[in-house]
Amino acid sequence: MAGTLKKNAGVADIGSDYDIRYGFRDPEEYFLKGARGLSHEVVEMISRIKKEPKWMNEFRHQALDIFLAKPMPGWGDTELLNSIDFDNIYYYIKPVEMQGRTWDEVPENIKNTFDKLGIPEAEKKFLAGVSAQYESEVVYHSLKKDLEKQGIIFLDMDGGLREYPDMVKKYFATVIPPADNKFASLNSAVWSGGSFIYVPPGVDVKIPLQAYFRINAENMGQFERTLIIADKGSRVHYIEGCTAPTYSTDSLHSAVVELIALEGAYIRYTTIQNWSHNIFNLVTKRAMAYKRATVEWVDGNLGSKLTMKYPCVYLVGEGAKGEILSIAFAGSGQHQDAGAKVIHAAPNTSSRITSKSISKGSGRASYRGLVKVYPNAVGSKVSVECDALLLDRFSRSDTYPTMEIDADEVRIEHEARVSKVAEEQLFYLTSRGLTEDEARLLIINGFIEPFTKELPMEYAVELNRLIELEMEGSVG
Amino acid sequence: MNEIIFSIKDLHIEVEGKEVVKGISLDIAKGEKHAIMGPNGSGKSSLANGLAGHPLYRITSGEAYICGKNLVEMNATQRSLAGLFLAFQYPLAVPGVTVANFLRTAIKARTNGDDSRMRNFRKELMEKLELLEIDKSFATRYVNDGFSGGEKKRLEILQMALLKPRIAILDETDSGLDIDALRIVSRGINASATSDDSILLITHYQRILNYVNPDRVHVMMDGRIVKSGGPELASQLEDQGYDWMKTEKIEA
Repeated sequence: MAGTLKKNAGVADIGSDYDIRYGFRDPEEYFLKGARGLSHEVVEMISRIKKEPKWMNEFRHQALDIFLAKPMPGWGDTELLNSIDFDNIYYYIKPVEMQGRTWDEVPENIKNTFDKLGIPEAEKKFLAGVSAQYESEVVYHSLKKDLEKQGIIFLDMDGGLREYPDMVKKYFATVIPPADNKFASLNSAVWSGGSFIYVPPGVDVKIPLQAYFRINAENMGQFERTLIIADKGSRVHYIEGCTAPTYSTDSLHSAVVELIALEGAYIRYTTIQNWSHNIFNLVTKRAMAYKRATVEWVDGNLGSKLTMKYPCVYLVGEGAKGEILSIAFAGSGQHQDAGAKVIHAAPNTSSRITSKSISKGSGRASYRGLVKVYPNAVGSKVSVECDALLLDRFSRSDTYPTMEIDADEVRIEHEARVSKVAEEQLFYLTSRGLTEDEARLLIINGFIEPFTKELPMEYAVELNRLIELEMEGSVG
Repeated sequence: MNEIIFSIKDLHIEVEGKEVVKGISLDIAKGEKHAIMGPNGSGKSSLANGLAGHPLYRITSGEAYICGKNLVEMNATQRSLAGLFLAFQYPLAVPGVTVANFLRTAIKARTNGDDSRMRNFRKELMEKLELLEIDKSFATRYVNDGFSGGEKKRLEILQMALLKPRIAILDETDSGLDIDALRIVSRGINASATSDDSILLITHYQRILNYVNPDRVHVMMDGRIVKSGGPELASQLEDQGYDWMKTEKIEA
């Protein structure tokens, strides 16, 4: 393995395997491909194709007006943000006419793509339900029969709106309103696909549900919308993964994910983001945790050109818990601006944020976090731990933590560290016969272990392999 | 006499431009146990680090051979694979990496694709844990992360037992151990020191030599070996300390 790696290979070699494993392209044989650019006509077309109710149609148009009126964020990587050419993006591509319920109903080339990505295989082995989105629409969907019988709903968002219009209307955009931020308004205007999940009271979905998001076309904009409602005392684990071909021009992925954990419910939302390096990944994720509910975001960011994502939990019921565990790997040319937000708005709530970042070459990893404790949230506990690992003298890490504590009797722990792979540590491992590459990889795998140990085994193995790929040729 | 498996000739080592080992020569035969004793600052640990290939400890002149292969030209990885092992005085923590995973990786590095050893890894690990009176849960803890001093030293000996070096340099492995730990660690050293393997034990105190009987004892002061002898030399040092030797050296 590492013993055969090229010494002092240039940064161009990093992750060169991506194109073969994930970056391949399918020919474009779509049912419908809209024109480039964004307008009320485009929004109207999307809404009409989906035969949406009037309220959703109006919601979209209002959201577009907000998007057009809102300035770009004045913080973060503004230079990269301002380089997004919104007129060059395709906002809606419908790849197939009908969603498949079996893989045989999915067109051959698209099925092959998901085969190569290992989705049907994972589905057989350890998943309760699978959703596969290709461009703007979910092309395949399944849920195990016994789960269906327990009243669990797992549909794409469009299907959810068609089949459960009242429930969708009740909860949709209540956690993240269109005016929340510019990219939430964009998503609200042109959303398509994503997941709608409802878990009835007391039901425990013991094995994970998974969604996989695939972008294929160049200059694609993917705007999936996910809403998960875990009713009282229920439990669910949702996993999402994503990849795309590598193009020389940019694509945009801007999702909105809303989670609602009602009294005593538990939601874990796991993301392994591995977009190709030409994708802007600007995502809004937020959860409401009611009385004694628990929400956990497990968020891994490896790919993309620029990611801006700060999974958030509003702790609105007494005794609610929020946990955000994230890793970011920023290779050359990448900026991972990730973080976490927790709002304590009820007594005896607790939160834990663990953020780990690795930067390499010209890669930048930024942690941006907010913890706010309102005056009524007495007896709350907050723990924030940020750990950054720099792999060379070119890489960069920044930490922007904000804490606003307005309550008494709150226990706060905060730790932030920036470290390098220590010479002594490398010597210790090489003195046991490991090459420097192997030693460095072992140290990095150890560094992110608090994250990988929370993943299902198959994903942990995959993640370690991805890191190994990213590390190739990193000696120097 | 048995074949010499470890040989150093007029070895000089520098740390940050300062010479700390000033011409040491030593021959260790197959299966022999040698002890290097000396006061603090005499260059004992520098010798150990320099031999293992620590990037800050530079061999400036002299020769060192392991099983006839020139060690000076090798990096730390190659020296380890050639059969040299250093038990660290201050072992490093590798958070997030379990002892079992670490040991498996280290063994795999020297199996050259021979899977039979890897298949027996679990069993072998359990045997050695038992020998060193280490709880099984040790295997799933992170390498030296939050370990007590005694646990760190036991992990070093566990590594030695599994990696089966031709020559093991033990750098102050006895320091900081209580008497029970010392007894157990010594048992591990003795078990490893089969007729084929050799040991270079570096220590400040004579105490460990009650458990690990050396064939030869060398006294190191100011970067040089000032006296060599049999096991009786260690007892003499225990009784009289190092001061008499300083005098002797000046007189010489």
